[in-house]
Parts: sequence; C-alpha cells; structure tokens
Amino acid sequence: MRLIVLGATSSIAAATARLYAADGATILLVGRDQDRLEQTAADLAIRGAERVETALCDLAAPQDAQRQFSDFSARIGGVDHVLLAYGILGDQADAERNLAAAEDILRVNFNSATAWALAAANLLERQGRGSLVVIGSVAGDRGRRANFIYGAAKAGLAALMEGIAHRFADKGPRAVLIKPGPTVTPMTEGMNRSGALWASPEQVAQIVYRRAFRGGPVAYAPGFWRIIMLVIRNLPSFIFNRMEI
Amino acid sequence: MNPFSPSDSIRSWGGVLKAPHHVARPGWRSELSRLVLSGRQQGYRLLACGLRRSYGDSGLNPHEGLIDMTGLDRMITLDPATRRIRVEAGASFDAILQVIVRQGLFLPVTPGTRFVTVGGAIANDVHGKNHHRHGTIGRWVRRLGLLRSDGLELDLAPDDPSGLFQATIGGLGLTGVITWAEIELMPIASAMMDVENIPFGKLDEFFTLAADSEDAFDYTVSWIDCLSGGERLGRGIFTRGNHAGTGSILPDRGNTLLTMPVNLPGLAMNRYSISAFNALYVWNGRRKSGTARTGLHPFFYPLDSIGRWNRMYGRNGMYQYQSVVPAAVQKEATHDMLKAISASGQGSFLAVLKTFGDVASPGLLSFPAPGTTLALDFPNRGDVTLKLMGRLDAIVREAGGRLYPAKDGRMSAAMFQAGYPAWQEFAKYVDAGFSSHFWKRVSQI
Repeated sequence: MRLIVLGATSSIAAATARLYAADGATILLVGRDQDRLEQTAADLAIRGAERVETALCDLAAPQDAQRQFSDFSARIGGVDHVLLAYGILGDQADAERNLAAAEDILRVNFNSATAWALAAANLLERQGRGSLVVIGSVAGDRGRRANFIYGAAKAGLAALMEGIAHRFADKGPRAVLIKPGPTVTPMTEGMNRSGALWASPEQVAQIVYRRAFRGGPVAYAPGFWRIIMLVIRNLPSFIFNRMEI
Repeated sequence: MNPFSPSDSIRSWGGVLKAPHHVARPGWRSELSRLVLSGRQQGYRLLACGLRRSYGDSGLNPHEGLIDMTGLDRMITLDPATRRIRVEAGASFDAILQVIVRQGLFLPVTPGTRFVTVGGAIANDVHGKNHHRHGTIGRWVRRLGLLRSDGLELDLAPDDPSGLFQATIGGLGLTGVITWAEIELMPIASAMMDVENIPFGKLDEFFTLAADSEDAFDYTVSWIDCLSGGERLGRGIFTRGNHAGTGSILPDRGNTLLTMPVNLPGLAMNRYSISAFNALYVWNGRRKSGTARTGLHPFFYPLDSIGRWNRMYGRNGMYQYQSVVPAAVQKEATHDMLKAISASGQGSFLAVLKTFGDVASPGLLSFPAPGTTLALDFPNRGDVTLKLMGRLDAIVREAGGRLYPAKDGRMSAAMFQAGYPAWQEFAKYVDAGFSSHFWKRVSQI
C-alpha cells in the first residue's frame, strides 16, 4: 500500500497515516514545515510504516499540480491512496470586511484543493484503481453566519468530490468526501470544546481510513452528524434564521 | 489566538471532583514554550495532564491552566539494540506496546492500565506487579525533557546534579511540563505469560505465598475479598507469573470488549452487589486455579477490557485508597485495615494486595516503599465513606505508612506530610508557575 498525504501535519491526516503505518504502508508526507514533516515521518516509521518520505510543498499555491503530483507519486514508486487533508478555518468576521482574506479562505480550501484533487483523479483514473479521500466539513452542508465563507469553500469541495465519484463510477478508483463535525485540532483552538459533539482526530481518522477502502462517496465523522445535518439542512429558513448556531 | 479554551467540567478518573479549567492542547513540542508563557501571562498556574487516570485531584487544577499533552504522542526514536525508546510525553503505554512487543521488548514497569501517558507514568512514578524486581518506572527513565515556566526546556538525566530529575520523578507534574522521555525497555521471548492462580483462605497465607513467590516469579499480585469478615477475613486469590520462554511474539489486539456508555445509577455498587461479585470472583478463581498460559493483556490489564469502567460508580464517583505500610508491621496493619473495612460494610469491588520489594524508589515523592500495599476503591457515599477512610488513615499513620497521591482526593495535609518526610525538600523544586488542587491541599502548614 502506497499513500500520499497532502497536508500531512494536520492532526486528522497524521492520525490516519498512523493507521496506514500500522499496516506497513509506504507513505509520502507533503506539507510546508520540514521539521514537522520529519517528526511525523519518524513517528510513522517507528509505528510500522515500510518507508516514509517527505516532500516540502506549499499546497495552497500549486504551480503545476499535475506535474507536481506525478513527482510525488514517482517518489514512492506509484500511489494507491491519496488523502487531502489541509485547510484553514480563517476568521469569518475579518473576511466579511477584508475581501482578500475571504479569497484566501477560498483559495486554500477550494481552489488549490481542486487542483490537487483533479491531478490525483487523473492519475488514479489512468491506472484504473486507487482511492482519493478529501476532508470536507459539516460546515459545507448549510451556510451559517459563524463560518459561511469556510462553509462555502467546503460546499464547493463537496460538489467537486461528488462529480469525481460520478466520473469514477464505472472506472475503478474511489472518490470520497469525509465531513467531520467539530474536532479537537489546532483549527478549533480557543473554542469551548465542552460537550458531547466534539470528536478526537483519532475518531475521525478511523472513518477516513475505513472509507478509503469501502462505502459510498460521502461520510460524516462521527456518523451521527449525518442525522444532525439532515435535520439542519431541512429546517425552513424562517426557523433556521432565528437560531443561534 | 488564545491557545487556552474554557472547559467547564473536567473530572478525574474517580469522578468525585468536577471543575472548570482553561485547557490547551498543543500539537507540537515547538509550541510548548510559547504556550507556557502565554498561560503565565494570562495569570494561570499550569499543570500538564495526559489520559487522566489519576483518581483524585492530583491531575486537576481548577480555574487554572491545564496542558493536555495527549496531542504530543509521537515516537521519536527506537533503538532495539540498546532497548531505548524515546517518545513525546503524551504517548501512551498502549501505543508503545503496539510498537515494541513484536520487536521482543516490553515495558520494564507497567501499572494496571495501559491507558496512561509516559509523562503521567513518570510524574506518578508508577509501579506494577513486578515491583519486587524492577522497582518503579522512574528507575528506567534514562533522560527526559522538562519545560519550566520561564519557557526554557531542560534535558535531565538520572545523574543530574541539581536534583531536579529526582524531584520530577513522582513529582506530580509540579516541577514543570515533562515534554519527552527516554525509557529503557526489557527483552521478552514471547508475548505470552505463564500464570498461576492460588486461592487462599486468610491473610497469613497471603504473606506466606508472597514470601515464597518473590524469588521465582517476576510478577505477583493478589485480589482480596474485603467484605467477608470473621473466619473468611482476608480470603483471596494470589496470582503470580513470568513471561513465557516460548510462544507467539505478536501483541494482543486491544482487549476493550465494551465501553460503559453512561454513568450507572449510584446505587448499582452496594454491599450486596459487591458481595455477590466477590463470591463469584472467588468461585471463578478456584475454578481457574492452577497454571495457565495467557496473553499480555488479560494478565496486565484485565480492567482495560471495560472502557470507562469508572462509570460503574455512577455520578457521585468513587474514591481510591492505596496505602503502603512498612514490612515490620505489615501483617498487623493490613489485618486491622481489612477488619475496619469489613466492619463498615462498605465493600471495595477491586481490592488489591501486594508486597513491595526493597528496590529503592528514585523520586523524592515516590510512593512505593518496602512493605505491603493495599489498593481499594469505595463508591462515594459522602460522609460515611470519608469516615471509613479516616479510620484507615489512622491505622496507616500509626504503622508509619503512607498513601499514593495518584489515587488520593482527600487525605489531610498532616497525613501527607507525615508519610512523605521529603516533601519540604521537594517543595524547593516546585515551579512557582505550576500548581494542582492536590498540592494546594497537602502543602498547607
């Protein structure tokens, strides 16, 4: 098993990579902080990975994603699974006034992710097998005032992954979007994390790993978010718009 | 952004005390220094925490800062030739076992749960069933990183001339944040255990069995029924074992069979249910008496088979009580304690008796000492429970013994100070930027 992790220093990505490592996978970690990539690589190697490589790359600014992705793949002798896990929450209040900040949120979470997802999809389609898993968010299911710019980017990613899954339908590879609820990661630092709705990166990772191998094109993590978001998506606006959520 | 998030109800494992904290969960060691300075600037005194298996208040720091180290759980280096593993302080014994067992290595000391972090194990200088051989985990720590509240990280070894290493081993997190540690592992030939269970009818037999077993067995422990009085006072099952010389080296898969989804009603643990459990346990022990070969998990971590088992004690939680009394008076003192418990009718579901060897503990505040340790847990019934523990305190103190801070949530400052004569020496090493509810309580003069 050969895995490429785009955004390897994210907590969900690192927790998922550990599950691959325990199975003896060969792993390429891509990110922009060499020290953190190396710490992650050492951890995965001790946990059982066959081989771990790192590649320094500012994923938010792809130069030629198709070529860069081919290079990634060549580094570990081909690829079976791809995990795209980087993203930023941004500062919603700031981004509503400062449009450059809003564009940044879209550029990192949507535009650049689209380039990498398409590059990976093209390669997987050519080889007729493999799996592309992208981390979305429940925030993409319905825009709400707290984080709708981030949510819009993740909603775009959801449509993109649905489309790629549709394109793959009769061709072999898999495309999956994981929608985590609030997770205890650096992205949610500073928020009040009391309450039963918060998940750990390890809980989400279990679902990411399982869904890379089987199941439909969309998965909530943890699974109960499917029910919650079903309700939230279907609330009439006159109720939803009065809610403080 | 402020790395500290408000969290309104942090509980420790015993669940008696529940308090709000400001919690930070760093993901990288490089963030720690800034984090500590930020917490101090906001006026918090700090305490690192791991998987929160401490029963009482030694892991709580109400209204102050808590640094959740479970995100710093990376393996750093593993050298099978020298049997050294270096890990971040938030790495769990569970994760380490998954890596080392298949390489023919094992933890030289492990407590009764593998869901503890390395930092927590060192800060409590934990012991295991092989105390008479290996002493505490602190004896196997070769180096550690300690971050002080001035933001500077120290690299400490056992020969550290400042004394800070000895203060940090068993130092309850009060000397700073343990950031990483290097531990010497022990070789094993297989992942199997040769185990012998021997039922015994009264306390004297326990002491005979313990004395007879220490030379030939690496691990000894026993369970006792502390509800039965009179003739059956001190009946129990003595377990002794060794790592098997042959057999599979593949580690056990997780043995967590089920997880308590909610707190049981407080009444679930009463003298009748505990009494019934104890009778069943004795019966089962007799049935299984003799020798058997088992995996590592059933031998070392039987309780880990029920996730969140502390919820069986309901919303009011439970108290743990673990004492050690010196060898010279261990028979009388243990007998007196069991009698007091049996007379009170407040049974303990998990009562564990073990003799400690005379291997010296390295920490200034290390708990183990030569003699006999008794570990009990009591459902929290308020005053009656506290009164019983008060009676036990008197016996332990009279015997010249002491209590284990990791298990305690209520001992008096006088009891602590009597048991740990080095406490004032230790206090000199406490970093003024750190605190815990336990320390505030027991360091009062």
